[in-house]
Amino acid sequence: MEIQDIIRPENKVYGKTALLKDNILHYCPGCSHGVVHKVIAEVIEEMGIQDKTIGISPVGCSVFAYNYLDIDWQQAAHGRAPALATATKRLMPDKYVFTYQGDGDLASIGTAEVMHACNRGENIVIIFINNAIYGMTGGQMAPTTLLGQVTATTPYGRKAELNGYPLKITELIAQLEGTCYVTRQSVQNPAAVRKTKKAIRKAFENSMMKKGTSFVEVVSTCNSGWKVTPVQANKWMEENMFPFYPLGDMKDR
Amino acid sequence: MAEKILMKGNEAIAYGAINCGCDGYFGYPITPQSEVMETLMKEQPWETTGMVVLQAESETSSINMVYGGACCGKKVMTSSSSPGISLMCEGLSYIAGTELPCVVVNVMRGGPGLGTIQPSQGDYFQAVKGGGHGDYHPIVLAPASAQDMYDFVDLAFELAFKYRNPAMILGDGVIGQMMEKVEVRPSKPRRTEAEIRALCDSWATTGKLNRPSNTITSLALDPQVQENFNIKLQKKYAEIEANEVRYSTYRTEDAEHLIVAFGCMSRIGETVVDMAREHGIRLGLLRPITLYPFPKKEIDSLVPQLKSIISLELNAGQMVEDIRLVVNGRIPVNFYGRQGGMIPDPEEILEAFMKTIK
Repeated sequence: MEIQDIIRPENKVYGKTALLKDNILHYCPGCSHGVVHKVIAEVIEEMGIQDKTIGISPVGCSVFAYNYLDIDWQQAAHGRAPALATATKRLMPDKYVFTYQGDGDLASIGTAEVMHACNRGENIVIIFINNAIYGMTGGQMAPTTLLGQVTATTPYGRKAELNGYPLKITELIAQLEGTCYVTRQSVQNPAAVRKTKKAIRKAFENSMMKKGTSFVEVVSTCNSGWKVTPVQANKWMEENMFPFYPLGDMKDR
Repeated sequence: MAEKILMKGNEAIAYGAINCGCDGYFGYPITPQSEVMETLMKEQPWETTGMVVLQAESETSSINMVYGGACCGKKVMTSSSSPGISLMCEGLSYIAGTELPCVVVNVMRGGPGLGTIQPSQGDYFQAVKGGGHGDYHPIVLAPASAQDMYDFVDLAFELAFKYRNPAMILGDGVIGQMMEKVEVRPSKPRRTEAEIRALCDSWATTGKLNRPSNTITSLALDPQVQENFNIKLQKKYAEIEANEVRYSTYRTEDAEHLIVAFGCMSRIGETVVDMAREHGIRLGLLRPITLYPFPKKEIDSLVPQLKSIISLELNAGQMVEDIRLVVNGRIPVNFYGRQGGMIPDPEEILEAFMKTIK
């Protein structure tokens, strides 16, 4: 059998979503961002809402999310994406509005914006990438950095007495009356990717039901920042992050 | 005849916003301008025009809501007072750096720091030079009456959309709190979605429909790209400086001395002009209505007939520096001001002026 005999429409089991542009990803090999981008793109394409979706990109590695997903984008100041999303959704309620934020952006500098947008129950989707480190600036401590974790600004490991504790912001968000769906997922294997996709789809669907804010955390890897190989990063995440940041739905109503 | 209603300057901002077809207001309470949002919440324009009004969790959030709304091609605004405007400067820089239209009202109070809730013009530099990081200017309008507060909302939106640049209404606690009769002009409807698409579809995040996707960003990692953008911005500012200067004069035809004053100080200044003329001194007044662009040519053209200029300000002397740049040493440019929320009376100013010309 020749290769041409196999490449036939009836044999196709997977295709790249048309929503993903052909721009070369700037993310490091092994980084979770690319997978999450693809999952969001697939959800938007499958829901047929490309012309109705506005993304808000953060400051951090994923600032360039707008280079990859073929939708309208706003690039927010550091931490402020939920404020932009609030106004965008209120002014254009027929649009699907989501923010895409890292742990420094969402859980440190943008804590006020995300808490209040969620507490108001803005009908938006918040995608939170938690890789426990600042990637773009070169691997400094994030609010979600684990105790003992070595970063550029915790060279001897994070110590509670010096640096405070890792912030479980998703648990806090789940307590807010304005949120309708709060979940923590991951993308380190196909099963996890499928669960994350399901969660993101539900979050997008919620935003037209006036139920409040949907919040999807994706526990992610930053092998460059963690200074390990992509395979080791997945293992480190499973062994160290999952016990502290357990996966699953915290709220679904 | 349009209806005349007695109202505060701050209330005039609120009615001006509703009546000019504003799509959204996002604010945070701060004295002495809280009546803006209070009036909007009382009027509930979402029930009539569909205008969105939202109390944000901070001024930082307010300006970033404005940023988001402006990305969508909507007529959006916020208002605050000095300390709140300082918090908004980051957002203003982003809005200028992404070339978006919006209106920001600053009802100035005395500073620095928490300062006082009394009137001041201490934010002149912050307003006209930009305030936030990077080379940018908002277009700055200085109201001197409640009527100006009403009219300038519409004007500020017009200028903001014409140049895709933030426009600021730089009032002060006097203008915000003072009650005056305001002629309420017929209201304009809000723009429809089709109108917004027709006007803004080349750049706004209105949803990628029958066009390539739009991205609003101020990020350029390539320094040449950033420099090219900065040059483009400066060209826009040159155009604004050439076309949008607004000012008024009072008894300048035969003036030998000139007061330059904006906002509430221009009104006190007119009284000083009349008093000086009773003493046989030919004093006139120029009121910059736009502080950026500054009426450079208009002041310059008066210099040959003048013996001196005095800048009256509610600060330690800020606009006086811009006047001196125009005059460039040809005649004395003096200054009189009060600070910390103190407002000078005309007699005090006249006495200070007389000392400068002795």
